[in-house]
Amino acid sequence: MNIDDLMIQRGEWLKGSGPLSDVVISSRIRLARNLANYAFRPRASESDLGEVLRTVGEAAMSCATCKDASLIELDGTEEIDRQVLVERHLISRQLADAPGPRGVVVSKGETLAIMINEEDHLRMQGLRSGLQLEDLWGQISPLDDELSEHVQFAFDERLGYLTACPTNLGTGLRVSVMLHLPALKLTNEIVRVARAAEELRLAIRGLYGEGTEAVGDFYQISNQTTLGKSEEQIIEEFGTSIIPKVVQYERAAREALIEKRSAQLDDRIWRAYGSLRSARIISSEETLHHLSHLRLGIATGRFDKFDVTALNDLIMPTQPAHLQKQGGHAMDGEERGTRRAEFLRNKLSDLN
Amino acid sequence: MVCQGCQKATATVHLTDIKPSGEPVERHLCEGCAAREGVAVKQHTLTATVLQEFIKQGLGLKSLGEKVCPQCGGSFKEFHEQGLLGCPYDYTAYRDLLKPIIERAQDGATQHTGKSPRPAGEGSRRRARLTQLHKALREAVGGEEYERAAKIRDEISAMEKE
Repeated sequence: MNIDDLMIQRGEWLKGSGPLSDVVISSRIRLARNLANYAFRPRASESDLGEVLRTVGEAAMSCATCKDASLIELDGTEEIDRQVLVERHLISRQLADAPGPRGVVVSKGETLAIMINEEDHLRMQGLRSGLQLEDLWGQISPLDDELSEHVQFAFDERLGYLTACPTNLGTGLRVSVMLHLPALKLTNEIVRVARAAEELRLAIRGLYGEGTEAVGDFYQISNQTTLGKSEEQIIEEFGTSIIPKVVQYERAAREALIEKRSAQLDDRIWRAYGSLRSARIISSEETLHHLSHLRLGIATGRFDKFDVTALNDLIMPTQPAHLQKQGGHAMDGEERGTRRAEFLRNKLSDLN
Repeated sequence: MVCQGCQKATATVHLTDIKPSGEPVERHLCEGCAAREGVAVKQHTLTATVLQEFIKQGLGLKSLGEKVCPQCGGSFKEFHEQGLLGCPYDYTAYRDLLKPIIERAQDGATQHTGKSPRPAGEGSRRRARLTQLHKALREAVGGEEYERAAKIRDEISAMEKE
């Protein structure tokens, strides 16, 4: 499997299915691990990085969990290909941009990705659409066990798994749930959610993680502390308490919107549809902004031209790198905007 | 990706600004340049605040920064600048310096309660316990405490059967 194979399939996080999928886009669980006998990235030599990549790559490919996976080495690949992986949420921007030997092991269905030589030697992550944290843990934890039989992880009885940054120490676990919160945003109640999250030591970020802002009302909520609680405790708090609560707030805000401001709501939804159907140049941000309104329309039953799966199929192909990869050449912003608008007009008239 | 501000450091802050014309502009900055432009960067500020506390206590940044890890050759100063440690042994080499930083980052937690690596972790715990028991057995026999020695011997044989 290579990047061209990925291009033609629907990414796991865009399936639009799974529990609470009217609000929850996707769930992600990430474990940070390091090899005991190698320096962390800031102190690792080029040959250290090469050895880590080879050792971890071989260990991963011999695991039962990875039987249908492929190792994609990133050193020397085209920037556009790395950007495709970033847009598909398989690697971070940091890994895409970092120098030296590095790679990612990706499973066929894109439910699993092991980044090698990012901030830590290994960042294994599982991805599912909807809220499916227990299932994810059921996949990631055995993979972690299996890997720990092949390589020696840096571990301390008191501090747990040792990571390059002390903020990941202990479990090395980051649970991250992507939510679509347009009604909370529209009513400005998102500010209260953010404040509550801060008190619970949770981070709220935009679509592409650290340092990104929320585009199209998509938010990621994740834990910030990794030491002191067991993995199961952290996961259970998310799955049974934190996320269901936010989902409940968003649903209540949607109901209130329908009750009190249904005309304005419909106006937004149908104007969004109009813009996507008529635009001649459109940015990816504006596209996501309109798609967000359509998603809200579908979830509340006020928009019925197509379903959420069809809507999700508009997200990935309109991302900058996917667009250029599909077009077969590098494009400047204006050309991308024109291509994107063309793609959307064609798709939407097919879906009409 | 290199920072668009200083053209030197790695860009870790990625922003999308909207021009007055409505056109979005992507910008990529390092934390230093982002901070200078007033962009809020929350990550890694904890080391700075903790260090300030050390300085207040009269320990001085210079002596702190000079602390070097014998394993990887990195210094505590480098950790302060990058927010990343040099190798796993840094946690031992800078134990006292890292303690308040870890507590702050981890909301006061100091003890891992999650899973451990399967064979290595379990094996080393078992080996450590067995070594302990053998030592206790020798001491008990040496001190002619035969009842205690018998108990320890039972525990050892139970562990070895596992």
